[in-house]
Amino acid sequence: MSRHSKALVAALACALLSTAALAEGTLEKVKSQGYITIANRDASIPFSYYDANQKPVGYAMDLCMKVVEAVKKKLNMPKLEVKYQLVTSANRIPLISNGTADIECGSTTNNLERQQQVAFSYTYFVTGNRWISKKSAHLADSLQALKGKTVVSTAGTSNIKEITEVNNKDNLGMNIISANGHPEAFQMVETGRAAAFVMDDILLYSLQASSRNPKEFEISKVSLSAQPYGMMMRKGDDEFKKLVDDTLAQVYKSGEINKIYTKWFERPIPPKHINLKVPMSAELKKVIANPTDSGDAKDYD
Amino acid sequence: MYYHWNWGILFAQEPGGSGTYLHYLLVGLVWTLATALAAWVIALAIGGVVGTLRTTNHPWVVRLGNGYVEIFRNVPLLVQMFLWYFVVPELLPEALGDWIKQIPPPWGSYIPAVLCLGLYTSVRIAEQMKAAIQSLPRGQRYAGIAMGLTQWQTYRYVILPQAVRIILPPLTSEFMNIIKNSSVALTIGLMELTGRAKAMQEFSFQVFESFAAATVIYMLTNLVVVLAMRWLERRVRVPGLIAAAGATQMAAH
Repeated sequence: MSRHSKALVAALACALLSTAALAEGTLEKVKSQGYITIANRDASIPFSYYDANQKPVGYAMDLCMKVVEAVKKKLNMPKLEVKYQLVTSANRIPLISNGTADIECGSTTNNLERQQQVAFSYTYFVTGNRWISKKSAHLADSLQALKGKTVVSTAGTSNIKEITEVNNKDNLGMNIISANGHPEAFQMVETGRAAAFVMDDILLYSLQASSRNPKEFEISKVSLSAQPYGMMMRKGDDEFKKLVDDTLAQVYKSGEINKIYTKWFERPIPPKHINLKVPMSAELKKVIANPTDSGDAKDYD
Repeated sequence: MYYHWNWGILFAQEPGGSGTYLHYLLVGLVWTLATALAAWVIALAIGGVVGTLRTTNHPWVVRLGNGYVEIFRNVPLLVQMFLWYFVVPELLPEALGDWIKQIPPPWGSYIPAVLCLGLYTSVRIAEQMKAAIQSLPRGQRYAGIAMGLTQWQTYRYVILPQAVRIILPPLTSEFMNIIKNSSVALTIGLMELTGRAKAMQEFSFQVFESFAAATVIYMLTNLVVVLAMRWLERRVRVPGLIAAAGATQMAAH
C-alpha cells in the first residue's frame, strides 16, 4: 500500500471509531462526562430566550430544569453541572444528532419527518403556523391574499418548508425569503422588505407585543397547520426518552404545569416586563390531560 | 453519531417544486457565476484605472486613489455586504430608499451583492496593478519620456502592456476569490450555490451530501477558471518582454 493510502485508511478508521463511541445512551454520556448540555435559543420568546443578563430563561427552560432534576436523581449526581449550547433553527437538529447537545428545549415542532432524525418528548405546547403583517396591508384573511407577495420565514423551520410547499402546490407565486432568525425576519416586515412573516403564532404574538408599535401589525386568522412543540433528543435512546416523558407526565398530572404556564404567558416576563396575556388553549389542555408525543398534526385538532 | 446517509437525496424533489435538489444547486451555480462575473467586470474596470492612477505623478490623484483603497480594504467583506443591503437604503432620501427596499427578490439582493463584491475586489486589483507597474524598472518610463511620448502614451504603449502580463497570475487568484466570495451574499438573501446548499441541508437534514455536492461544484468551476487563465497567459505571452520571466522561459525551452 502506498504511503497515501495508508494515511487515508488510518483517517477513516479514526472516523469510524469515533462514531462508534457515541452510540452510548445519553445517561451514560452524562454520567461519564459529569455534565449535561442543554441546547437553548436566544429569541424564542417566551419558550427559550436570553433575559437582560444573557441567561437562558423561558417556559421550555423551566420544564428542562425539571428534567435535569430527574437526571440528577436517577444518576445520583446532585452536583451535576449544566452547560448551555446556543442553537438556531438551522443547526439544532445536527447539533443534537452529533452529540454536541443532549437535549434541546426551545420551540421545536415535532413532526413525522423530523422523527426520522431525532426523537421528541411529550408535547408541551401547541401552536399554529400563521403569518404576521402590517394592518395597512390587509393580508390577514386568507392565504390567497399573499399571492405574488414577498414573504419571509426563518431558515430551518417547519414553517418555511410548509410555506414553500404550499406556494408550489397552490401556485401562489410568492417570493420566499429565508432569514437567519425570528427578530431579523420580523424586522423585514417592519421595514417593509417583506409583506408577511410566516411563523408559529405564539412567537409572532411575542414579537408583536415587544415591538415598538404593536398596533401596527396583525396576525392571520388562518392557521396552515398545528405545530406541537417537544424537547428534542437523540433518536434510539429509549431510556433517556422515558425519563424525560415521565418527568413531563408528572409535571402535568400534579398540576404544576399550570403554575409554570401562568408564569410565562399570563404574567410580566423579562426583559421588558410585558404580559403576553395568552390563556391556555383548548389544544394544550387536551395534551396535558393526555400526554402524547405524536408528530402528526391531525392528532392535535 | 446518528447520521442517516442518503446520496439519493440529490435526485429527490426539492420542496419548492422546481426540480431535483441537484438541479436546485446547479441553478445556484448560475447565480454564483452571474454575481461573480458582473462584479468582476466592475472590479477590473475600477481597479485597473485606480491602480494605474496611483502610479502617476499627480499628487492629488494619487491621494484620492489611496483613500479609496484604504476605505474598502479595512472593512470586512461581510460588513460591507450588510452596509450595502441594510444601511444604504436608510441613508438615501426616503422615497428612493423605499423603492430600493421594494425591489423584489432576487434582484433586491443581487444588485447590492454585485456592487459590494465589485468594489471590494477592485481595491485588491488596484493594489496588484500598482505593484505590477512599480515592479517595472524605472528605465522603462524614462525611455518613454526620452522618446518623446507623453505620460499617457508611455503608459499605453510601454508600461501597461508589461504590467498587465505581470498581473495575470495574481488576477487568476482574484478571479477564483471573487467566485468564492460570492458565497457571502447568502447573508443578504441571495440564493447562490452556498445559500442553496444550506437550504438543502435545512429541508432534507442531509448535511454531508448537500455540502459535498456544493464543494465539488465549486472545485470544478475554479478548475475551469484556472485552465482558462493559463490559456490566456500563454496566448498573450511575448518572449523576452518581461526580462527576468522571459529569460527563465527561454532557458526552459
